[in-house]
Amino acid sequence: MTTLPHGTELPRATGPAVLAPPPDGPLLEATDLAVSFSLGSALIARMRHEAHVLHAVDGVDLTIPRGEALALVGESGSGKSTLARALAGLQRTDRGEIRLGGKVLPARRSRADQRKVQMVFQDPYSSLNPRLTVGGMLHELLRVHHVVAGNEVESYTRELLGLVGLGEEAVHAYPRQFSGGQRQRVAIARALALRPELLVADEPVSALDVSVQATILNLLQDLRAELGLTLLLISHNLAVVRHLCDRIAVMYLGRIIEVAPTETLFASPRHPYTQGLLAAIPRMTFTAEGDAPAVKGDPPSPLRIPAGCRFRTRCPIAQQICEQQDPALTAAGDPAHSADAISPSAPCHRRASQPKYPARATSKRGP
Amino acid sequence: MSGGYSVNQPLLQVSDLHVQIASRRGVVRAVDGVSLEVPAGEAVGLVGESGSGKSMTLRAILGVLPPEARVTAGQVLLDGADLTQLGNNQLNKIRGPKIAMIFQEPMSALNPVMRVGSQIAEGPQVHLGMNRRQAAERALELMRRVGIPDPERRYRSFPHEFSGGMRQRVMIAIALSCDPSLILCDEPTTALDVTIQDQILRLLTRLCRESGTSLVFVTHDLPVVAQVCDQLAVMYAGRIVERGSVQDVLTQPSHPYTLGLVRSAPDVDHPRSSLVAIPGAPPSLVNPPAGCRFHPRCKFAEEDCTVTEPPLRLLDAGHATACLHFERCLDELRAEGADR
Repeated sequence: MTTLPHGTELPRATGPAVLAPPPDGPLLEATDLAVSFSLGSALIARMRHEAHVLHAVDGVDLTIPRGEALALVGESGSGKSTLARALAGLQRTDRGEIRLGGKVLPARRSRADQRKVQMVFQDPYSSLNPRLTVGGMLHELLRVHHVVAGNEVESYTRELLGLVGLGEEAVHAYPRQFSGGQRQRVAIARALALRPELLVADEPVSALDVSVQATILNLLQDLRAELGLTLLLISHNLAVVRHLCDRIAVMYLGRIIEVAPTETLFASPRHPYTQGLLAAIPRMTFTAEGDAPAVKGDPPSPLRIPAGCRFRTRCPIAQQICEQQDPALTAAGDPAHSADAISPSAPCHRRASQPKYPARATSKRGP
Repeated sequence: MSGGYSVNQPLLQVSDLHVQIASRRGVVRAVDGVSLEVPAGEAVGLVGESGSGKSMTLRAILGVLPPEARVTAGQVLLDGADLTQLGNNQLNKIRGPKIAMIFQEPMSALNPVMRVGSQIAEGPQVHLGMNRRQAAERALELMRRVGIPDPERRYRSFPHEFSGGMRQRVMIAIALSCDPSLILCDEPTTALDVTIQDQILRLLTRLCRESGTSLVFVTHDLPVVAQVCDQLAVMYAGRIVERGSVQDVLTQPSHPYTLGLVRSAPDVDHPRSSLVAIPGAPPSLVNPPAGCRFHPRCKFAEEDCTVTEPPLRLLDAGHATACLHFERCLDELRAEGADR
């Protein structure tokens, strides 16, 4: 790593070939992860016949191989941010297990474990301490976590800022002196300071102007190529996701309903919700045909999750079986689904009978 | 309604509009000579980065500028009358039956302590001379038209009991309540999920098509404009730098700034290996750069760009650009097309 003057383009590597060393098992494995929030008093809720437990994440299995960029997409309230916070250790989980590099992470992570998963937040205006200079912020972090020897803190700080395309003068500046895009660069430098194995970015460009978004997206792409970083990107913008990620996980009401490699997902989405979500994206070269929306209605409240398939209230092809059985649960017994979370999967009762996207044979891996 | 206008006569004509904002650092020229025509029954998009003056233009049209901002020159002609010359009382007679507005954040635009139905019924009572029962009936019908389920029960709900998408439907119902000829939209779907955005955009286009209502649609999202609008004007630093049909401007961008906008956003259908960001930041509008305001960020800029203020020149069929060297954009597009 070398220090680059402000604004210099980092050398661009080509293709994903240079990204990852051959994986020795996935970097992160989450099994049956669940997070719920309890709202108000249980007694009052019972008197009013209301639910008071909100199941934000409700049984999620997720595997991220080393060097991959995985996207987590879904509507607001689907639990994607909660899942990200749980993976980063910022959110207590109800049940489930998170393994990082094969080792189970305890509920209270040690400092060394905390370092391994770092997060970049959506709003760079509220996620940086306004009373610390950028240098002060990074120095504190480096000293607390003993990332480098005391006499190397200064030079490592400059190196970090160079990595995210900020000049040395940034060391003495306060966050308020930066524009939104530059603040997001500082936030990325802060996350990278601890040399994390997994970088979790929660809507990193949503608060930025279009022309600035591009610089941050390019930076993330360059950092992946340069550092072999594993990235979990949370976004509602599918164009951003397609640009940056290798694989996409679609969340709906606390569950992952489809996981597939990016191009596979865009070419042949399998779950009816994914199909609707893709059809709802406004296109540059496409004028809305017809008046029927791609997905009807609002998502149900996570306080009142429908029985059976969670999507059935908005699904164009729902039938009786969708009301009675939870496809996620039945699919678990299906050998085609299996515990292999890397291969494409989409729990839906009616998938085989969809005319538009005929079901494809699920590739089974290994013996 | 579109009935009374001839084809050549635009419904709304904004000419040489200037809006200035007093600030501690000096006078901010937020809108600096904007001219815009909205034909009857058409949707015109206004795009640009934050601070480009697009929202200020919209607010100036309706006369709802923040207190520190004021229109210093220019005309806003609606139906032959200059809105900038009207007092608040006269404007109030126009807001609602002639022009309505839909805001980005419906929660802050709706009255939180008034039932949703009454908010929709208020306009027809004030402007159309309906009595309470007639207005309530009209509100129910509007709620049905904008797709609010179970309107009889939802009539008595408060805004906080609605989801974001439903609140925006309420806003649309209020906007339509007095049959305006023009609806101004300020980023109406930016705060919504992509599925809900799709619902709202389709609803809005259908309703406007059915009633022949014109739209001015402010957004920073080019694909949204491509879906909703017929015409497009691109704003930069308080000026319109390019306008034309949506098709022309998005496929043949003839201003380096438009070209930059088109290239910096990832396109979901055509992923590229890397995005081309527009270097630098928008200029201060207290002391905007001399000549072309985009020249400090423009890779095609030459010496004349730093001196001459480029006028908006007509290229063909309503497509106009304010760039002295617009051929460069087209050359670059052609070269790129050959690469593909």
